[in-house]
Amino acid sequence: MKSSVIIFPGSNCDRDMDVALKKFGFDNQMVWHNDVKIPKSDLIVLPGGFSYGDYLRCGSIAGKSRIIKSVIDFANSGGLVLGICNGFQILTETGLLPGILQQNKYLNFICKNVFVKIKNKDNKYFKKIKKEVLELHIAHNEGNYFCSKDELKLIEDNGQIAVTYCDRIGNDDEKNNPNGAIKNIAGIFNKDKNILGMMPHPERMIDPFLSGEDGSLFFENLIESL
Amino acid sequence: MKVKVIVTLKNGVLDPQGKAIQQTLNGMTFNNVSEVRQGKYFDIEINESDESKAKSQVEEMCKKLLANLVIEDYKIL
Repeated sequence: MKSSVIIFPGSNCDRDMDVALKKFGFDNQMVWHNDVKIPKSDLIVLPGGFSYGDYLRCGSIAGKSRIIKSVIDFANSGGLVLGICNGFQILTETGLLPGILQQNKYLNFICKNVFVKIKNKDNKYFKKIKKEVLELHIAHNEGNYFCSKDELKLIEDNGQIAVTYCDRIGNDDEKNNPNGAIKNIAGIFNKDKNILGMMPHPERMIDPFLSGEDGSLFFENLIESL
Repeated sequence: MKVKVIVTLKNGVLDPQGKAIQQTLNGMTFNNVSEVRQGKYFDIEINESDESKAKSQVEEMCKKLLANLVIEDYKIL
């Protein structure tokens, strides 16, 4: 399976993602933001970081970069596009995913492990993961997911909520909401579920000695599902 | 010519920075400040002498990049 990780100026999780994808069997290649074409891929990843210094709004400049047209074409033809953290912000700015990631409610940069509940397994990203709750890492200043009430209803009705912040046993209530995100949303799909954006970093949880292994479950499932 | 744009958060959208500024002002004895909403201001120099053409181009810029219409409104001055 071939994957491509797009590097923007200011991306900083691109190499972690490269390591994670290769560890679980992807033939990964790195693609520069100024390129026009993406090599043949089964999966495109927009990594975390601070693309273009988070100028204007997080992800807004990357959302207009040269490579993005190819990402949008790939996504619109049904290809799998995964955006982690800043990648999620970029996906909302391109319009591939609804809503926006606003500044965290309490104006703090949050860097810690959290639990997220998988809300929909009828898709390639979570299909064969046996657990219901994953422990993953978040590190962001703008992770406060927001969308209009009408949009939220559409997202809920279409099963587009992918993961929500919760506690160890899966209570995704306000008490377990780190950043003010509407409905504790940590990640969402597009309508067809081929595009996933999420704030937590599975690529940081693939080594039992460094962190944890719930990220491994994510990548193992991904390569099996493709 | 120069075109000026102000981008603000829509009514009802949480503005934690504005809130923090308001609370700070209150703490500085400006007790009568009941709300602050923070926004962005753009000064755009555009090589176009026709004002209405320039403004309609800036309107496009607002819709496509300068503002995110999910949470923001823009005003061309």
